[in-house]
Amino acid sequence: MTIRIYVPKDACAIACGADEVVEAIQAAALAARQPVEIIRNGSRGMLWLEPLVEVVTAEGRIGYGPVGADDVASLFAAGFLDGGAHELRIGKPEEHPFMARQTRLTFARCGIIDPASYADYRAHGGYKGLERALTLGPAGIIEEVKKSGLRGRGGAGFPTAIKWKTVADAQADRKYIVCNADEGDSGTFADRMIMEGDPFELIEGMTIAGIAVGATKGYVYTRSEYPHAIWAMEKAVEVARANGMLGANIGGSPYSFDMEVRMGAGAYVCGEETALLDSLEGKRGTVRAKPPLPAHKGLFQKPTVINNVLSLTAVPHILADGGEFYANFGMGRSRGTMPIQIAGNVKFGGLFETAFGITLGELVNEIGGGTATGKPVKAAQVGGPLGAYVPTWQFDLPFDYEAFAAKDALIGHGGIVVFDENADMKKMARFAMEFCSVESCGKCTPCRIGSTRGVELMDRIIAGERVEANLATLTDLCQTMKLGSLCALGGFTPYPVLSAMNHFPEEFGAPRRLEAAE
Amino acid sequence: MPHYEPWSEERARTVIEEFSHLEGPLMPMLHAVQETFGYVPDAVVPMLAETLNVSRAEVHGVVTFYHDFRHEPAGRHVLKICRAEACQAAGGDALTAHAEHRLGCKLGETTADGRVTVEPIYCLGLCATAPSAMLDGKIVARLNERRLDALISEAQS
Repeated sequence: MTIRIYVPKDACAIACGADEVVEAIQAAALAARQPVEIIRNGSRGMLWLEPLVEVVTAEGRIGYGPVGADDVASLFAAGFLDGGAHELRIGKPEEHPFMARQTRLTFARCGIIDPASYADYRAHGGYKGLERALTLGPAGIIEEVKKSGLRGRGGAGFPTAIKWKTVADAQADRKYIVCNADEGDSGTFADRMIMEGDPFELIEGMTIAGIAVGATKGYVYTRSEYPHAIWAMEKAVEVARANGMLGANIGGSPYSFDMEVRMGAGAYVCGEETALLDSLEGKRGTVRAKPPLPAHKGLFQKPTVINNVLSLTAVPHILADGGEFYANFGMGRSRGTMPIQIAGNVKFGGLFETAFGITLGELVNEIGGGTATGKPVKAAQVGGPLGAYVPTWQFDLPFDYEAFAAKDALIGHGGIVVFDENADMKKMARFAMEFCSVESCGKCTPCRIGSTRGVELMDRIIAGERVEANLATLTDLCQTMKLGSLCALGGFTPYPVLSAMNHFPEEFGAPRRLEAAE
Repeated sequence: MPHYEPWSEERARTVIEEFSHLEGPLMPMLHAVQETFGYVPDAVVPMLAETLNVSRAEVHGVVTFYHDFRHEPAGRHVLKICRAEACQAAGGDALTAHAEHRLGCKLGETTADGRVTVEPIYCLGLCATAPSAMLDGKIVARLNERRLDALISEAQS
């Protein structure tokens, strides 16, 4: 009898040796004359266990990880094809504490299904949302999204339904759905994982958005640093088209929608929505002044919905289970679930989808298990290169857009990068300015010039030159960048700089202020 | 190892033509040109300008805006080391210094023998298994000095 084995094709698993593990399993199975079928699934999100190999047994799928190619012989000897005991055996992956604590909606299928299989997607509840969307019609879809309370998961947290309604109401001969998959923030990988592990979900979400606003064409704009995600998406688009789920008359309905995957070229600023649109048009990725909003004049000056991957992949669930069901999760004005990414110097890094409201401390210390080095945690940067460094004494902060904003921090795309006590906060502050100067599109002065001046100021502070005066200038500069920049790159770069400075003033050679120690 | 073709105007025309039916085709065209020749030669700029009915300056502006597009061919192998925060938190700085030391060149440079170009990259999305790097499109995570040395040896061979 053929035994089915799952070995993830997620980029993280591949980078940890999954392809070599597949070869080793095939060779060992051949030698044992045991027919095996290897399915390349996405990742479950327990990334410290990658490559996480799963064997289908009578009791269900049994996981082993992290498996290296040189572990395969001992796994076969231990009878892992029947779920045999081995030091790498973790039991059923879904019962692992890391998984059992989560509320998985967007990532419900990720790691379970074969991402290239349309049948698998259907068998696991795929296209239920679209089917219901077709019965509701455009206005009904937007109403459902409104009820869900869904806010843009890219970082800005703008209500998705309002954006959709604006585009739906706009009159034009052509409208677009653009998916912002330009996931450039360090510490984030949720977009990548879902594109590699459940690409049909994004296709379904974009199709529903298209029907809701009357758009017939969609683009996924992703990064050249994500070749595996691009392959997976392109393959899924092809399969969806072959199954009549993209193109004219989707699923036999009167609606038509098709899409393409486009690749950026290493410019971080193209994650900003208007820069992304210019890049898609074949221009320099410079930020546009708003208004006009993309909802009125977006891609090629046509009304455009531009949403993050995680916003669009939440949509099929909202439609399938109803907006109220989704809104039941979360706290305050942050409704639903957030796929949180725990990364950096952390013991159990991975993807943790949960309702809003969980505290940063729970995420870093309980779920993430503290640092990988075993040293005390010093701070966590939340929200990518433009996110604040949150010190441990603020770890009671709940994951909620407003709660973070109140502490001069941001959730952003939900990435948490953990640092141990060795982190040099001066260096991190300098890096934030340096990154901004490298990636600035150059359109507005506070960002273009300010970031360069910021690097120079940090160099002087690090060198111990007139520290107090330079810190005052830096604070002033940050204020100018915050208020005067055209987009979040220049506008939010001050967050990591000021948070590092205010929470760890002694490292900058300034006396610790009372309020910072609170 | 990637194999690139020598510059040929005729070949470039075919490559460009393949994308002319797209909306906003410049980025896909530039990627295809670089995939074919290993860089974006100056000679292709007027060709693109003519095809798209835009000025040479506009095409030049796009080519130079994006970090990915090369003005000159890279070394035989390209090693990209992630410099973003998650990799820094996991000891990436020391690894970068180690790579620079072993290769005898700085980030953004090519070794004297032209074998290896070493570049910074800002995030491969492998942040939970940091630090990470990419050698000619092959991604590697959980880097340490030993694994990095193996990558460098592979690149130098």
